[in-house]
Amino acid sequence: MSSQNINVALIGNPNVGKTSVFNALTGLNQQVGNYPGITVEKKMGFCRLPQNISANILDLPGTYSLNASSIDENVVIELLLNRNDRLFPDVIVVVAEVENLKRNLLLFTQIKDLEVPTILVINMVDRMKGRGISLDIPLLEKELQTKIVLVSTRKNEGITELKEAIVNYKNLSTEPCLHASSIDPEYFDGLRKAFPNQLLYKLWLVVTQDVNFLNLERNEIRGQFTRSHSELKRLQQKETIKRYQFINDVLKKGMTINSELATDFRGKLDRVLTHKVFGYVIFFAILFVIFQAIFDWSSVPMDFIDQLFANLSSYVDAHFVAGPLTDLVSQGIIPGIGGILIFIPQIAFLFLFISVLEETGYMSRVVFLMDKIMRRFGLSGKSVVPLISGTACAIPAIMATRNIENWKERLITILVTPFTTCSARLPVYAIIIALIIPDTRVLGFLSLQGLTLMALYLAGFAMAIASSYLLSKYLTLSSKSFFVIELPNYKVPLAKNIAITVVEKTKAFVLGAGKIILAISIILWFLASYGPGENFKNAEAIVTEQVKTTQPDAPIDEIEGKIDAYKLENSYIGIMGKSIEPVLRPLGYDWKIGIAILSSFAAREVFVGTLATIYSVGDSEEEDTIKSKMAAERLPDGTAVFNFATGISLLLFYAFAMQCISTLAIVKKETNSWKWPMIQLVFMSAVAYLSALTAYQLLS
Amino acid sequence: MICDFDIDLIPLKLLEMGCLPGNEVELLQVAPFGDPLYLDINGSFLAIRIETAQHIKVQKS
Repeated sequence: MSSQNINVALIGNPNVGKTSVFNALTGLNQQVGNYPGITVEKKMGFCRLPQNISANILDLPGTYSLNASSIDENVVIELLLNRNDRLFPDVIVVVAEVENLKRNLLLFTQIKDLEVPTILVINMVDRMKGRGISLDIPLLEKELQTKIVLVSTRKNEGITELKEAIVNYKNLSTEPCLHASSIDPEYFDGLRKAFPNQLLYKLWLVVTQDVNFLNLERNEIRGQFTRSHSELKRLQQKETIKRYQFINDVLKKGMTINSELATDFRGKLDRVLTHKVFGYVIFFAILFVIFQAIFDWSSVPMDFIDQLFANLSSYVDAHFVAGPLTDLVSQGIIPGIGGILIFIPQIAFLFLFISVLEETGYMSRVVFLMDKIMRRFGLSGKSVVPLISGTACAIPAIMATRNIENWKERLITILVTPFTTCSARLPVYAIIIALIIPDTRVLGFLSLQGLTLMALYLAGFAMAIASSYLLSKYLTLSSKSFFVIELPNYKVPLAKNIAITVVEKTKAFVLGAGKIILAISIILWFLASYGPGENFKNAEAIVTEQVKTTQPDAPIDEIEGKIDAYKLENSYIGIMGKSIEPVLRPLGYDWKIGIAILSSFAAREVFVGTLATIYSVGDSEEEDTIKSKMAAERLPDGTAVFNFATGISLLLFYAFAMQCISTLAIVKKETNSWKWPMIQLVFMSAVAYLSALTAYQLLS
Repeated sequence: MICDFDIDLIPLKLLEMGCLPGNEVELLQVAPFGDPLYLDINGSFLAIRIETAQHIKVQKS
C-alpha cells in the first residue's frame, strides 16, 4: 500500500488545551516558523497515522470565532477560506473543552459552515466527574453531524481514537449543522444568486471583514452587498444568537450537569490570588523567585560553560597548526559562540517560569489585578504579560501585545517593552557586575552583586513605566477602548508542554542569535587582524625602533605585547574605534569598548563576544576566561579600563539603549510604519547616552 | 439577566462569549481599586472594564 499524506488543521478557543493535543499528536516532530510576510507564529507538526498514512498537523492560533479581531485570527480565516492554499486542511479538528463546551461550540458551528470534514475533540474529559458533567455522545454526534472524540491529554487518553478518526476523515459529514442564513433570507438569497458558485458562509465572512480572499471578487461583493457597519453588526449579533440557540437546544438534550457535585475550587483560589493585599504580595513573591532563579541558581551552569569555552580555545591554540585559520577559530569563533551559549541556563529558566505562569491560568489573574494600576500609566492590564515576557526577549513580548484591543495602549506597550531587561542584556550585566561590584553579602545573606542586578531590572521597569506615562500624555490617538479577558480554569501544567516550550524557545533563541554572533565574530576578527596602510604592515619594525630608543633593555615579552597592541590600534577596527572615541570618551569608554558598542547595535549580547575577540587578538598571553581578560585590560596610564565609574556608565547605557535590530524590525511589522521604530531608536539612545554621561561624570 | 445593550458600543467578541440578551450574568468579583469587573456570563468567566459594562443593561431575574 502506498503511503499517503494529508493535511490536518487544529483549531480551537484559547485555553482549551489545543497545544496539548498538538504535542500529544506530534511529540517533538515540530517546526515553528512564520506565515509569509507577517509575524504570526506558524506551528507545524508531523504525525504518523494507522494504515500507512502520515499527516501534517497545523496548529492554528487560538480564536474565539471566525470573525477576526487580530492578525492571529486573520491567519485562521485566510487559510480556511482558500481551498488552493498548500496547507488547506483535508480535515479540521476543532478542539473544545468539556467545561466550556457551550462557548467552544460556537466556533465549531462556524467551522461546519465551511463544509470541510470536521472532527470535534472534547478535551479534559478527566474533569467531567469532578464537575458532575455527563454527555450523550451518540446524540451529540447526530445533532452536530460530526465525529466526537473524548480526549484527556493529561491522562493520555483518546489520542489513538483521534488518530483513527483522522484516518477515516472521508466518512465525515460536510453538512452544516444549522442554517445561519435564515437570519435575513432576503439578503442572503441575493448573495447566493449573485455568486452561485461560492459557499454562502464564505461570502458572508468576506462581506463582514477584511480578509484576503480572491481579491478581484471582493470589491464586487462589497460594492453590491455592503451595509453600514452598524447594520452588519446587528446581523452578526443575530447570527450569534441563532447559533447559541441551536447549541443550547443540542446541549439541553445531550449534556447534563449535576451542579451539586461541582466544587468551587476556582472561586476560592480567585479570592486569594486577586485579593487586594494578598494578590499583590503573591505576585511580587513570584517575581522575586523568578529573579532569584535567574541571578543565583543559573550561575553554576553558566560558570561551567564559560570555563568550557576558555578551555576549548586554549586547546585549539595548543593542538592545531598555528596560522590564521587556527587564530580565527580560537580567537574569533569560539569566544563568540561561547558568549551566546553561556546564557542558555538563564533563558531556559525564564521561559520555564513564563510558560508555567501562562499554563496554570495565573497570568490572566495578574492582568485582572493590574489593569487599573497600569491604566494610570497609559497601559492596559494586558501590558503586564509583554512586560514580564520582555525579561526573556522583547520580540515575543511585542508579539504578545496583539491581544490588547485598544490601539493606543498597545502602541505604548510596544514602544516601552524594549526597556525591560531582556536576556540579551544579562551577559553584559553579569560580566560588568562581576568586575566592578565586590562579591560580598549584605545583611549576611543578600548578595551585593545580585542586588545590583535586581536594581538594573527595576531601573528598566521604572523607565518603561515612566516613558509610557509620558507617551500617554503626549500621544493623541483616539481609539475605541475595549477590554475583554477570559479568566480560564486553573490547571496543573503538563510537564510535557512546558518542556517542549522551553526546549523550542531556547533553541530558536540560540540559533537565531548564534547566527548573528558567529557572523559578527568572524567579521570582527578580520577587521581586527588586518589593517590598511604602512603603519599596520610595518608594525614590528616601528615598535622595535621605538623600544630601542626609549627602553633598550625591555624584555622580549613586553616588546611582543606592544607590537600586538600597536597592530590592533592600526587595524581596520582600531581606526573605526578611534574615530568614534571622542563621542564615547565623556561616558568613560575607550575605543575598544566603542567597537563593542557599535557591533552590539545588531544585538546586545554581541558585546561580550566582541570584547572577547578584540582582547584575544590583542593578547599574546594565553588568558583563560573572558572575565579575567577584561579585568586585566589597562588604560595607557596603567589603571584598569573597567573601573567603577566606567562600569556603572556601561550598565546604564545597556539598560536603556535600543540595541537590537530584530526588535526594530518587529516593531516596524507590528505598527506597519518606520515612524515608530525610529522614534523608539532615537528616544532610547538619547536616554541611554544621557544617563551614562551623567553617571560617569558624577562618579569619576 | 442581560436585557439590552447598545450594540455599537459592545465588541463583537463579547457577544460571541455569550454576552447576549436573555443570558444570565453574575458579578463574581471586583478588582482592587474598583475596576475591572470579574463576571460569569452564561458560563464564561470574563473580566471587562466598567466603561464597557456600563453599556449593558441588566435586570434581576
